[in-house]
Amino acid sequence: MRVTVGHLYPDYLNIYADRGNMAVLSWRAARRGHELDVRAISLGDPLVPGEHDLLYVGGGQDREQALIAPDLAARSDEIHAALDGGAALLAVCGGYQLLGRFYRDRAGADLPGAGIFPLETVAGERRMIGDMLLECELEPGERHTLAGFENHAGRTLLDEGAEPLGRVVHGFGNDGRSGHEGCRLGRAVGTYLHGPLLPRNPWFADWILAQALAHRLGEPPELEPLPDELERRAHELAAARARQRGGRD
Amino acid sequence: MRLGVPLSLEIAAARATARLSRAAGTGGGTTIPGKLLSKLDPGAIDRLAARLPLGTALVSATNGKTTTAAMTAEILRPRVRLAHNRSGANLISGVASTLLDSGGAELGLLEVDEGALPEVARRVRPRALCLGNLFRDQLDRYGELELVAGRWRETVAALGEGTTVIVNADDPVVGDLASAAARGVSFGLDDPAQARPALQHAADSKYCVRCGAPYEYAAAYVGHLGDYRCPSCGHARPALDVAARAIELEGLERATFDLELGDVTRRVTIALPGLYNVYTAVAAAALSRELGASADEIVAGLGRFSAAFGRAERIEVGDRRLLVLLVKNPAGANEAVRTLVGAGAPRLAVVALNDAIADGQDVSWIWDVDFEPLLEGLEQLVAAGGRAPELALRFAYAGLPREAVEVVPDLAQALDRGLELTPPGGELVVLPTYTAMLALRKIVGERGYVRPYWEAAA
Repeated sequence: MRVTVGHLYPDYLNIYADRGNMAVLSWRAARRGHELDVRAISLGDPLVPGEHDLLYVGGGQDREQALIAPDLAARSDEIHAALDGGAALLAVCGGYQLLGRFYRDRAGADLPGAGIFPLETVAGERRMIGDMLLECELEPGERHTLAGFENHAGRTLLDEGAEPLGRVVHGFGNDGRSGHEGCRLGRAVGTYLHGPLLPRNPWFADWILAQALAHRLGEPPELEPLPDELERRAHELAAARARQRGGRD
Repeated sequence: MRLGVPLSLEIAAARATARLSRAAGTGGGTTIPGKLLSKLDPGAIDRLAARLPLGTALVSATNGKTTTAAMTAEILRPRVRLAHNRSGANLISGVASTLLDSGGAELGLLEVDEGALPEVARRVRPRALCLGNLFRDQLDRYGELELVAGRWRETVAALGEGTTVIVNADDPVVGDLASAAARGVSFGLDDPAQARPALQHAADSKYCVRCGAPYEYAAAYVGHLGDYRCPSCGHARPALDVAARAIELEGLERATFDLELGDVTRRVTIALPGLYNVYTAVAAAALSRELGASADEIVAGLGRFSAAFGRAERIEVGDRRLLVLLVKNPAGANEAVRTLVGAGAPRLAVVALNDAIADGQDVSWIWDVDFEPLLEGLEQLVAAGGRAPELALRFAYAGLPREAVEVVPDLAQALDRGLELTPPGGELVVLPTYTAMLALRKIVGERGYVRPYWEAAA
């Protein structure tokens, strides 16, 4: 089956090696007989709800983020419609922030957000930088860990009742205080975890892939396991780094 | 009386510490005395620099600052006695140590870390400041490129009338800094035949520094360095005062080009590979010219120069040879890959990824590097260092079969494995990150193949 990915602003938001995430999804799709078709959606390009099984927004440097923020905010209705139609979404770091209601910088000026995730982000004094380990339970009874790296000045505050992606085991997470990281809204996930996120967290790559396939199939399919020996070792090392030197306030 | 007795006492104490550090075998003592001195008297650096009769020149860049400073030293050495931090100790402590050890020196020539530049420039008040490039690098340590650029902008604006700022005009952000300086000199490349067909994946500064529109490139040479123009507001690469034209790259051996120094043009050959080294040579030429070197001295100095510490350096190890190319960020690693592939991609490589503070604790940058061209020839990879499995994954996703990747985290074992797989008389390509390079250097040093870096560097 062909899985269509809409990669938003790949020429602006690519600071934390986001193409690594795309490479992992392609490879894992191909091993299961599917084909990933990644299409760039840049400034001014149309985003037609229903065309994409997965939308992806990466992180950028402040300057690049400011250049695309108004364009992204103006796509709020299309992105809402795509998600209502069952598409999946993954947003990392800056992309995660800009899918909230707004990002308020140190001077108090707001970058507009697309208002997809029920959250807002306010820049703090000190950047939260370091290795991070999360525990997630995206499906009832299925607990997994995510290991990666975070580097953000923004403190992200989820609305009352909003569902985080996971519980911080080591590191800062959304705001360094709540013990929560990321946000999950049905098939949409936003997170500060990069590194990039997917190579060393193959269970999560498969979860995202299954959510994207669910846009076509109605239900997320069971994906046959892959060997993942290197992935397991990379995950263990990243998790060990988070234990040794993950950030805390 | 700040300049008399107290300073010399501090110097004596700090120098004694360096000797102790060397005697204790804990390193070259290249930063410890400086750390001590900075603690004893933070103002000492200012006064030590003020003792240099010909003043001080500073060199900073994300990539190539060690080589640029070392080339400049080679050009100037016959005519002036230098205080040069040739071991690459480029933080405030390393600068202090170098100045401490500079008895009899006439001119300071200091490579400075991008983050440390504002403080060093404020303290030593340089007569020349050479700024090479800004690429994304160790975001966990330096922060975003724009942040470093902003601090550089403030640094240049605060310099006095007496400072000449020498900039790489091919870098839109760095080139623009000269406009804030009392006196600016620009350098760059001018040879469309060497341009890349497109900007690389990880190219930075693609958007106009003035208005934010994407630049159009008549030629892109290394990362975002090139001949750019903004179609919206017209901001374009400034005219070049010092330029390289008619460039010929000869594999891993050398590069030859026409060096245009104002109204003089000379053919120059450097024993270093790649376009990025042409940039370092042109930077060194522009800086040396500003410091009074003649065209003859520049051509001769560049011709004499051999690779700095780990930068396309060859080391004989018994009947085999190591070719060590430091990789530390996407732009630099892309050039290392491009240079290797230009000379025929190696069959085998040892790539070592560490994640200490000096390497960047965030290893995501390896996914921004275009390693894929290496697969033209690569049949086997030894993935080494503290994050070897991550590196192995990167190459697996580049398309190298997983059975062709050996994960050997321990550097000494990885080196042995690489040498074992290299035929006698052959050359083993090693691509280490910064601390992996230091560790490898120590390993081959202990085996008697190289001298310690504080003796052998430059």
